[in-house]
Amino acid sequence: MARLAVAKTYKLYLGGAFPRSESGRTYQVHDTKGSLMANAALASRKDARNAVVAARSGLAKWAGATPYNRGQVLYRVAEMLESRRADVVELIVRSRGVKAAEARAEVDAAVDRIVHYAGWTDKLSAVFGGANAVSGPYFSYSAPEPTGVVAVAASSASPLLPLVGAVLPVLAGGNTAVVVASQADPTVAVTFAEVLATSDVPAGVVNLLTGDQAEIMPWLASHGDVNGLDLTGVPADQRVALERAAADTVKRVYSPRARSGGGEPDVTAAPGTARLRAFLETKTVWHPVGAVSLAGGSAY
Amino acid sequence: MSPTSTPTGSTDAAALRAAMGLGGTDNAALRTFLDGLPAVDPVGVEARATQLATRSIKKDTKRALIDLAISMVDLTTLEGADTPGKVRNLCRKAVQPDREVAGTPSTAAVCVYPDMVAVAAEAVAGTGVKVASVATAFPAGRSSLEVKLADTRLAVEAGADEVDMVIDRGAFLAGDYATVFEQVVAVKEACGDARLKVILETGELATYDHVRRASWLALLAGGDFIKTSTGKIAPAATLPVTHVMLQAVRDLFDLTGVQRAVKPAGGIRTTKDAIAYLVAVHEVAGPQWLDPHWFRFGASGVVNDLLLQRRTQTQGHYSGPRYVSVD
Amino acid sequence: MDLTYAPALESAALAGIKPRYQLFLDGAFVDGGGDDLTSVNPATGETLTTVSTASAADVDRAVAAARRAYDGPWSRMGGAERGKYLFRIARAIAERSRELAVAETLDNGKPIRETRDFDVPTAAQHFFHHAGWADKLGHLGLGPAPRPLGVAGQVIPWNFPLLMAAWKIAPALAAGNTVVLKPAETTPVTALILAEILADADLPPGVVNILPGAGDVGSAIVNHDGVDKVAFTGSTPVGKRIQSELAGTGKKLTLELGGKGANIVFADAAIDQAVEGIVSGIFFNQGQVCCAGSRLLVQESVAEEVVEKLKRRIETLRVGEPLDKNTDVGALNSQMQYDKVTGLVEVGAQEGAGVWTSSCTLPQKGWFVAPTVFTDATASMRVAREEIFGPVLTTLTFRTPEEALAKANNTPYGLSAGVWTEKGSRAMGMAAGLKAGVVWDNTFNKFDPTASFGGYGESGFGREGGTAGMAAYLDTDDEGAF
Repeated sequence: MARLAVAKTYKLYLGGAFPRSESGRTYQVHDTKGSLMANAALASRKDARNAVVAARSGLAKWAGATPYNRGQVLYRVAEMLESRRADVVELIVRSRGVKAAEARAEVDAAVDRIVHYAGWTDKLSAVFGGANAVSGPYFSYSAPEPTGVVAVAASSASPLLPLVGAVLPVLAGGNTAVVVASQADPTVAVTFAEVLATSDVPAGVVNLLTGDQAEIMPWLASHGDVNGLDLTGVPADQRVALERAAADTVKRVYSPRARSGGGEPDVTAAPGTARLRAFLETKTVWHPVGAVSLAGGSAY
Repeated sequence: MSPTSTPTGSTDAAALRAAMGLGGTDNAALRTFLDGLPAVDPVGVEARATQLATRSIKKDTKRALIDLAISMVDLTTLEGADTPGKVRNLCRKAVQPDREVAGTPSTAAVCVYPDMVAVAAEAVAGTGVKVASVATAFPAGRSSLEVKLADTRLAVEAGADEVDMVIDRGAFLAGDYATVFEQVVAVKEACGDARLKVILETGELATYDHVRRASWLALLAGGDFIKTSTGKIAPAATLPVTHVMLQAVRDLFDLTGVQRAVKPAGGIRTTKDAIAYLVAVHEVAGPQWLDPHWFRFGASGVVNDLLLQRRTQTQGHYSGPRYVSVD
Repeated sequence: MDLTYAPALESAALAGIKPRYQLFLDGAFVDGGGDDLTSVNPATGETLTTVSTASAADVDRAVAAARRAYDGPWSRMGGAERGKYLFRIARAIAERSRELAVAETLDNGKPIRETRDFDVPTAAQHFFHHAGWADKLGHLGLGPAPRPLGVAGQVIPWNFPLLMAAWKIAPALAAGNTVVLKPAETTPVTALILAEILADADLPPGVVNILPGAGDVGSAIVNHDGVDKVAFTGSTPVGKRIQSELAGTGKKLTLELGGKGANIVFADAAIDQAVEGIVSGIFFNQGQVCCAGSRLLVQESVAEEVVEKLKRRIETLRVGEPLDKNTDVGALNSQMQYDKVTGLVEVGAQEGAGVWTSSCTLPQKGWFVAPTVFTDATASMRVAREEIFGPVLTTLTFRTPEEALAKANNTPYGLSAGVWTEKGSRAMGMAAGLKAGVVWDNTFNKFDPTASFGGYGESGFGREGGTAGMAAYLDTDDEGAF
């Protein structure tokens, strides 16, 4: 008699733990052949609220980590995803019905994206900040800082790369994230969460919700403790309401235009900096530079 | 200008030190007090001085401040080549700076070396113009306390109303505040009734923080004036340095009710300079310092520019340097 | 000696204020279809001039002109040539600086000392600085060839009328965009003198269009389908409305909104300079500054000393005739602003915040408010949370750096903050911890076109000045990539 496989329960990823939805709700995910892949958690409004609390509590540590440290942690994410490559390829093949080579290409691209962003963490200040040549006796510099808690609606264009490509720039900048996975791909998303959980990413830095983006995103868009929104995964016709809700607290909204945002991800294109810049604040600091002797002062 | 306030300064320096909570006069106590004073941000004080110097002083105010400035000048000659004749000329200029324009006020004082005090005292006798003398091995101050005290007595006995001493900058910069303090106390005692101006030589102190500490050190030791410079070292008086010193006398007054005087010296050459200083006196220390008893200019050249401007104001046309005397 | 300064009045005639101003549309000065507005001198309450305003049709025409200019000469012109126009404008502002300073003072109510020494020279500097970027866009860190966005719709406030126009127009043009700008309803004059300068500079018609009017004109501009980029400086409520209205349009948006800046004084600060910084932080431009240091947070051990020194310093502020070169505090910009500020002062007094007011005598007419300090406020009071936008300082105390940081950050705003301490590590630590777009250590209210300016949180997003300011007017076309 064949051995009965042990099926995995796919749960949410909140504050470093993998809880069920507080609502107890799940939804069924089937593969392209119609077989049941998983009962995924159907996250609720309260799960979203808990995720924001977790993301806020994780922010100080992540934003306060040295950029070198953040880079090392993100590189570790790449290492761990590489080690889970076979699992993820299998999930992509099952859920999307694509050939293994195509799935492998997506996973490889995702690993490479993570490495790309791991290398960004300690370059942001050099590229998006610097000393300001102000016309006065002051030392002034501008430096990027994380926006804070960013809610990400992952695109369903494909299971892994859009998720990684949206979350990593948020993390590289020092933000923490509440990610609402593509409804079609919770198994890949939760597997990615497992990668994060085993990669030295501190608790609360990424919080993953599975379920219905249309149900959850409005709560995040209007949440007073969410600082930014990435609406890449939201269909254009649903963005208006979310962007309006975001305006109530002047959230930063990343809403890429349909001409480039809605289609299949181009795994060959190198990402630009738009996603990084979307959730970085520029802080400018001024400090007087005094003459070391009265002779350097304004003689009168 | 008549004084708008009467001197409230207690001459009891010990009482003043007690009021300020100075625990003693040894180096440890002085360091605790002086090094605990709030810092001065150089960019901030320079920016404030520059901005205040943009005040636009016109018409009646300008006329009044020109006269006030003339009446605040310690008309000075401190040259190796000084002669009795030169000093007598200076004294006549001090008493009557502009013979051709009625109502021109006298300067506050003449300022000379100790050996010229007798000549000056005779020349200004009965005019109200005071005789100030530099002393204490001016300008370097590099001699023994005995010599400094003898120098002071020489000046006072010859008739000096005011003594301009120099502090021991070397001791100050070495952190030996007690030596500086003791010397000021001793010279003050040697002054008797003469008012003591303590020259900090701010150009050698080099930082505003030092200027603030030296100001308080001089005030707590009993100096009647704090004075910026000998005029022999660059930079001499500057507006921001004077701001810091005005803040010291203002704070002392606020804390104890004791009023002391300030004298910038050196580098003040034009009417515009002088008016900028008086605006600073008005807005940093307060109107009660706008009085020759409480504020002086150590200068010589500025008088002629003040006289030229005074003529312009009273005659309605520009004057020229050939119309005022070179003394 | 009781010294009173004789009046040192700058001549109002230097401004050459015309009886009536027109729209600047497609390179020509034309009458608009809206009702004329009256601009009032805030120092007297008297009419300064009459200004034609735009109708919706004028907005259409201006956007169309801006589009033609964008598609036509402007986007085809090389960056170096574009830059030369901006250099030319910078020089012309400097040449007409005295006229502009007087006009600004007459129209806005702020002291001539500020318009002469700050507003006008800084406006010229903004054009000069951004001119140099026009042929160096590839060096901004936005990829080798960032592209302009198209037509920028810009709405600016009344607190720095000329300077805000410069902040908006200079980077937009340097990046290769064209502009439709609406000056504030109460302060249109210097923007229209700037229009004369633009015309004299032979800027191609339609590259910049200036349409005076009220909020309806601003709304028509930002919501116009032909506008690709919106930049707004003004109140947070209006900013939220604009962000909401633009939802789903894909237009790029920059918002510079309100603030409630904390000015934090530690016991080890250079107290005299801190007092100066507190004064410039809240009384510069009568406190009508989005980044004003309106919340004084002072360490409890020196609170009494600082407040006493502050009061004494405030007593020396010269309040009154803005054209007097010795005036430090002028008139508030409008009756509306006067009512709002005095109303909130009353609220603060009722809340028990301990109101203290300078003993200065105010002119009989005009919208003057005496410098005011709430000496004993608590964090929950309205005067400690709401932007007053007037010469009104609210004082709170703290005990530890942690408490100072927590109180400073306890606001939905996040535009500016000041830190006064002689301890370098603490200054840097506070600067790192403050949730504010600009942090001034041992200084306040310093601005420079090289240094980006803008807010966190409800103080807005996007930056003006610096490379971040240029990025707000450029498209990198990499949004959709993963």
